Amino acid sequence: MSAPNAAPAAGAPVLNVAGVSKHFVSGERRIDALRDVSLHALGGRVTGLIGPDAAGKTTLMRLIAGLLEPDSGAITVLGLDAAREPLAVQAELRYMPQRFGLYEDLSVQENLDLYADLQGVAPDDRPARYRELMHMTGLAPFTRRLAGRLSGGMKQKLGLACTLVRPPRLLLLDEPTVGVDPVSRRELWEIVYRLVREQGMSVLLSTAYLDEAERCDEVALLLDGELLGHGPPQAFTRDVRYRSYAVTAPGLKKRVIQQRLARAPGVIDAVVQSDAVRLVLDQDAAAVAERLLPGVDAVRLQPVEARFEDSFVALVRARRGEPAVAAGSDDGVEAAADGDRAVIEIHNLERRFGEFYAVRNLSFEVRRGEVFGLLGANGAGKSTTFRMLCGLLPPSGGEARVAGVDLRRARARARARIGYMAQKFSLYGNLSVLQNLRFFSRTYGLDRHRSQNRIAWALDRFDLHPVANANSETLSLGYKQRLALAAALMHEPDILFLDEPTSGVDPLARREFWQRINALAEHGVTVLVTTHFMEEAEYCDRLAIMAAGEILALGSPESIKARAAIGGVAASNVEEAFIRLIERRPAGAEAA
Amino acid sequence: MSAIRLRGLIRKEFLQVLRDPSSIAIAFLMPVLLLLLFGYGVSLDPAHVPVAFVVEQPSAATAQFTGAFRRSQYFQVVPMADMPQAEAALMAHRVDGIVRLRADFAARLKDGGDAPIQVLVNGVDANTARIVQGYVTGVWGNWLEHYAQSQGQELQPPAELRTRVWFNSALRSRNYIVPGLIVVIMTLTGGLLTAMVMAREWERGTMEALMVTPVSMREVLIGKLVPYFILGMGGMVLSVVVALWLFEVPLRGSVWVLVATSSLFMLVALAMGLLISIVARSQFVAGMIALVVTFLPAFLLSGFIFDIGSMPTVVQWLTHIVAARYFIAILQSVFLAGDVWSVILPNSLALIIMGGLFLLLIRRSARKRLE
Amino acid sequence: MLQRVWALLIKEFLAVLKDKRSRVVLVVPPLIQTLVFGYAATFDLNDLSMALYNEDPGVAARALVADFEGSPHFHVTHTITRQEQIETLIDSREVLLVLHIAPDFSRELVAGRSGPVQLIVDGRNSNTAQGALNYANEIVLRFNREWNAANGLRALPAHIESRAWFNPNLLSRWFIVSGLIGTLIMLVVMNVTAMSVAREREQGTFDQLLVTPLTPLDILLGKSLPGLIIGVVEATLMVLIVVYWFDVPLRGSLWTLYAGVVLFLFSAIGAGLLISSLATTMQQALMGSFLFMVPSIILSGFATPIANMPEPVQMLTLIDPLRYFMVVLRGVFVEGASFSLMLPQLWPMALLGLVSLSFSAWLFRHRLN
Repeated sequence: MSAPNAAPAAGAPVLNVAGVSKHFVSGERRIDALRDVSLHALGGRVTGLIGPDAAGKTTLMRLIAGLLEPDSGAITVLGLDAAREPLAVQAELRYMPQRFGLYEDLSVQENLDLYADLQGVAPDDRPARYRELMHMTGLAPFTRRLAGRLSGGMKQKLGLACTLVRPPRLLLLDEPTVGVDPVSRRELWEIVYRLVREQGMSVLLSTAYLDEAERCDEVALLLDGELLGHGPPQAFTRDVRYRSYAVTAPGLKKRVIQQRLARAPGVIDAVVQSDAVRLVLDQDAAAVAERLLPGVDAVRLQPVEARFEDSFVALVRARRGEPAVAAGSDDGVEAAADGDRAVIEIHNLERRFGEFYAVRNLSFEVRRGEVFGLLGANGAGKSTTFRMLCGLLPPSGGEARVAGVDLRRARARARARIGYMAQKFSLYGNLSVLQNLRFFSRTYGLDRHRSQNRIAWALDRFDLHPVANANSETLSLGYKQRLALAAALMHEPDILFLDEPTSGVDPLARREFWQRINALAEHGVTVLVTTHFMEEAEYCDRLAIMAAGEILALGSPESIKARAAIGGVAASNVEEAFIRLIERRPAGAEAA
Repeated sequence: MSAIRLRGLIRKEFLQVLRDPSSIAIAFLMPVLLLLLFGYGVSLDPAHVPVAFVVEQPSAATAQFTGAFRRSQYFQVVPMADMPQAEAALMAHRVDGIVRLRADFAARLKDGGDAPIQVLVNGVDANTARIVQGYVTGVWGNWLEHYAQSQGQELQPPAELRTRVWFNSALRSRNYIVPGLIVVIMTLTGGLLTAMVMAREWERGTMEALMVTPVSMREVLIGKLVPYFILGMGGMVLSVVVALWLFEVPLRGSVWVLVATSSLFMLVALAMGLLISIVARSQFVAGMIALVVTFLPAFLLSGFIFDIGSMPTVVQWLTHIVAARYFIAILQSVFLAGDVWSVILPNSLALIIMGGLFLLLIRRSARKRLE
Repeated sequence: MLQRVWALLIKEFLAVLKDKRSRVVLVVPPLIQTLVFGYAATFDLNDLSMALYNEDPGVAARALVADFEGSPHFHVTHTITRQEQIETLIDSREVLLVLHIAPDFSRELVAGRSGPVQLIVDGRNSNTAQGALNYANEIVLRFNREWNAANGLRALPAHIESRAWFNPNLLSRWFIVSGLIGTLIMLVVMNVTAMSVAREREQGTFDQLLVTPLTPLDILLGKSLPGLIIGVVEATLMVLIVVYWFDVPLRGSLWTLYAGVVLFLFSAIGAGLLISSLATTMQQALMGSFLFMVPSIILSGFATPIANMPEPVQMLTLIDPLRYFMVVLRGVFVEGASFSLMLPQLWPMALLGLVSLSFSAWLFRHRLN
């Protein structure tokens, strides 16, 4: 064994993965989680393991930690063979699994004590170490709180603190930022960089957030169990240089521009970004406005800096051979045309749990065909608001009308006109796709004929034919999300409620999803959505940012960015605006 | 093996038990509930059995006979006018039996003419019916002796059965139910609770986090064994205390034998629980398996309530793989008879073999891998 | 509404039956348990091992020994010759009882006097001991009557003529096996229903259900009908086993039996759904149904008579639906009880079901998270 406490020289490899393959057998199906993957991580650097859902990231992490044995190939961690000496490897590295590995019925302090015991931290060293970790993670005021009662962001930091209770030489973090709000995400990254800078720690981190890839020193891109590329993020972006543009066209909603661009020839990617639509073109496509948006006047194409996400999309699309738009955007839903009147009206809505106000003084309205976003940190009251509007939770006070129906009187009538997509795509796992669709169409009272039509429509539009008879629990997250949306649309609702509809889903599936949502809105469906992905907030017509049960800011993305201005300069994107607005609030509010 | 790591694991486990309502329910609520229900609520000994008396022609002799029943604590005499009325009462479960003295009872008694006493019981609950019949015979025997004496005769049945019941002379069913109950309670903590808590770690993803720390699988297993061993033995001590002082069950064997054999059984039960949780990584499945392979057999196939010797051979053979069976044999002896080595040694040996086998299987199947 | 309930019903059935393992779990264990427990759970004592310590070579002693040897309840496994052997055999539980006949037994009998016979019984299992004593008493009584008759002696002044209604041979299997139907379908149905809402809550699909236009009544029907159907099918299978395999007579009308089955299922489903609606996770539901089932089986009179329980415990049994069903099962099977006679058992089950189901329907929407 090499000297355990000496930090490896920066730049020397601490991890070497050579030709590793791993498969699993589920029922009669063989799943190749990893196929001949080779990569390395350097000492004192942050290496990102980037890839969509089911790319094999977690399997690779577990192999490195010695929790799984590879079918073939070798993994060397700090000079040790992970398959042959798992205990020695585990003494040298720390690994934070996806769900942080916390005991939720133990307090913050008790979790720390446990991991200190397990990692053999000497009792004398503990107080100082604890103090340092609590200070670093900002958890000092909460040491006696049960881990299960912490917010998502705090859990993530506690998980990190437990992992770091004895500083390792190599730190593995498996999707540490999933389901965590932007403020917490940013704080986590600050901690990681401090560790690398001050202690020379090496970090291997997996993520599905592509903007995080750019913060890594090196990136390994995984897709369907295969390595697509390995190197510094700049090397990736270099390949797509001079192909990215910001497109604006006055007089057209950016959502409309985005939709039309996505269907234009030679377009790899088109997403709404800030005030414009970000466009990535094929290698040899010409950036000519007339070809991209025929019949539109005054189109401006402004070249912009390439970013990692552009290259990711380009790489993956090239690999999978998918077009920019997977499905037609005509979703066949035509909401009742009743003008631009408000379909959701909320006035002074509040919800108490005992003495605690989960939501208070909430007032806003949403007009027909509008996409309305509800943003906020974990525990800000988004979910409670959402549940009240869907009729799942009776309000304690105030008024709420959905589709013209007073929620306090006729919830059942309101329910027939709304579609609801719950967090984590709640579907019946052991029912097939077809059975799920049939069930939802029937519960909404569709007659046989119409039900058959709608199911056929859903299978077509959402590309569910290949999986029609598969149990929904075996589907990948992307398919689950499509199925959940299809199920919510079976009865052609006027209003669609989406609770974190894209959480955990890879960027490509997210694009496709928003494509559909936009199309629905164009047809007059009103959409209310909560999300953690701030770039998605740009798709919304209007936003409400919530904190501690109240609305902090309400308005279009542009007006919110303006409100978060510092010294007269508006925030450059919603994420920045969100972080600024949250941080401007009096401290200690997250404790609720 | 590191003492600090073990200590950490054990402390964690205790804290979790204390904070989890369902663990508390199994570890503390359930034993108390079972003890109270069985100790107070469940009894195979009938008392104050309502019996209809149809005396067709009352006389001094019939009054004396009825009086013998009235004095017995086992019966509650319900006089009835005629058989149809009594039969209706029996049918409606208002009485559990009918005693009928025919019109010629007194006359035949005087003539020494073998006067018949008709006894009718409801045979649906055969066990109770049998016990009631036994009691009737007992009261009848006493009355017969009294009667003979009052006539100045000496009653001389040819064979006179003198019975002696060893160990539990009053035949209190509580005396054998409570030791059996201890076995059920220990199975509950050892099998059911242990299986579920281990499966919970898999389900919540904490097992993965444990495994990447330098703990060895042996430490993880011992870290589970020790707390639930203590918890199960706590349940045992609680039950013993209740048995001795509340239910007044005698303890004729020595305490150390009780403790030693209980520890042995506890280990077997825990090993079963761990084995189940290794096979089934979801709490639901683990709970179901534990229920079917540990709890129900401890109730029904262990000789706790139902006599093993009276079961068909195949079922008897099946009871040999039920660990509870051996421990019940030991406990009933230690409580009611004393340190009977001819019972304790072979049954302990059986427990040791079972425990060894389970531990071996655990060692083989519990690897520090996620597959 | 019919269509919505139908959709829910199909979904519930698929959820329970689609997986091969859960199909097996639902059907096979109860049937195996009926068989195993049907044999194992018996108070009938057969072949109780006993030892003979006969010091008397006389005719009378031989006759008495022959009576014991001929009884199906006893099985003579040891013949001993010394007093000390008694203790060894009983202590080690090799025999349950020892019959000791003194050397002068036959002489006394011939002389017209009483001959003492000693019976030593192991009382560690008091129920078995009690049963053994009763059987031994019966044998000795019969021996006495026969001896008196054969030797022209005066009979005892009075004797008992015992008869048992409905079950003349006092087979406790009839009692236990018919009761098993109730216990086992309760296990199955509670399992199906207690999991049903909790599983949906845990997986988040319950919210999805609540935002559809389904009314609480629809959900209630959709959630209870599968349990009812599965329960009725399962009960039918068990009735067949009980009647054709264990030869328990079915004397009452099937229609009374099924009225009992349906009403019992109604109340058990009510309890299951109530537990399920209160639980947030499947584990809580599992624990809850376990905590409910164990006392309700103990207090149902399945193995031990309710009449033997103290008064407060007897009051408690009134809210145990299984208690009523036990009476119906045994009444219909063994006693041939009529519908009207069973009415006092039927309406409490209906009432318990109604109350628990209404409460759980209310909880669907009003449970605070």
